Amino acid sequence: MIEFFRKLFAPEQSGATARERLRLVLLSDHLSLAPDVVESLRADLIAVISKYVEVDEANCDVSFEQQDRAVAVLANIPILAMRSRTPPSSPPGAPPASPPHSPDPPPSMGDPIGAAYAVADGGESGGSAAVAPPPSPAPRKRRRRRRASGNPAPAPG
Amino acid sequence: MRELQEDPAPGSSSAPRRRGRAIVVTSGKGGVGKTTTTANLGTALALTGAAVALIDADVGLRNLDIVLGLEARVRNHVLDVLEGRVTLDDALVTDKRVPTLRLLAAAQTREKDDVDTEAMRALVDSLRDRFDYVLIDCPAGIEKGFTNAIGGADEAIIVCTPEVAAVRDADRVVGLLGNRTSIKLIVNRLRPDLVRRGKMLSVDDVNAILRLPLLGVIADEPGVIISTNKGEPLVLDDASATGAAYRAIAGRIAGTDTSTPEIPLPPTLFQKLGSFFGGRR
Repeated sequence: MIEFFRKLFAPEQSGATARERLRLVLLSDHLSLAPDVVESLRADLIAVISKYVEVDEANCDVSFEQQDRAVAVLANIPILAMRSRTPPSSPPGAPPASPPHSPDPPPSMGDPIGAAYAVADGGESGGSAAVAPPPSPAPRKRRRRRRASGNPAPAPG
Repeated sequence: MRELQEDPAPGSSSAPRRRGRAIVVTSGKGGVGKTTTTANLGTALALTGAAVALIDADVGLRNLDIVLGLEARVRNHVLDVLEGRVTLDDALVTDKRVPTLRLLAAAQTREKDDVDTEAMRALVDSLRDRFDYVLIDCPAGIEKGFTNAIGGADEAIIVCTPEVAAVRDADRVVGLLGNRTSIKLIVNRLRPDLVRRGKMLSVDDVNAILRLPLLGVIADEPGVIISTNKGEPLVLDDASATGAAYRAIAGRIAGTDTSTPEIPLPPTLFQKLGSFFGGRR
């Protein structure tokens, strides 16, 4: 009887749940069905990140993954060395100038220390995804950053 | 049951070239009502006097003959024709209730991989010369059986139920169909009472994803099961609201009905009482 009144006054809207699940699953389907989109996103991401750090292009990995409540862009971009702190207008292919103050020792070659991660939780908007390297060189660690929280986080350090 | 004028000679080789329409009924997901839809739309189109050929492309899982109630009369099947053992006319089964309706049954003991896609396409093409409509009942899935079924069709009807899995699969199939001249939607098994209470995806929810021209909506009702039990498509029952909905869809396919598809409403209290006291069996 109590169950009856509970259902009477607070009916569960499983239709809304179905709508939300459908939206997410289709977002995920469509992203994984468009390899050309993933490929150009990969190229663009690497180009942008290469302005700041020297990356191991051969071992970059960009993909879309469905989490519990969202579809996420996962980018695993190994960093080989830091570039100088000159403005990012310098050509990406230019050799890194010696830094003004001594940085941390570069990580070993091919060690994937950078993992960028962005959550695309709005199917409609096609804005830029927030991409931020993790603050510490933690191999393969993925950080979650809600796009709703606003602009990309400032670079650490 | 309806009286029908005899078509001059549907399906006979002497008939003039018609260049009928080849329409595949597909969904991706299984169990959403493709075969029931094909049977009812084919019968409804034939009731208007059009010459209709139904092809069961679900080789290995022959069902369309059962739904149409023609299973006892199937002697040859589509692979017999494709592999040249019998002529097309030997394999086409005439529906005695609707003489302009013909069925080309699937092979039950063969596999979908046995069907040659090009031969199937040629078969559909030759049927278009002899029939006004060639409806192809597509198997579930997106493998060889699907490729075979859609090959000869230049139009597609997507059957989708208001469920997440069905919409997802339908969305995939729409992508695979590519630039077919016409892809239209039938929402099947809608429960208007559940939609009203927010417990089921609505027609708008489904079509917000698929974005296809809506041919019609079929409510979930026991009559469909009963008609399948009997092998009598609901469109043959003038008293059935679902039969009327299928006939309206057939009218939209033919272009004779330009009305907007009706979304079924929940049954009234009076209707509920009526079905309680004297339901069909």
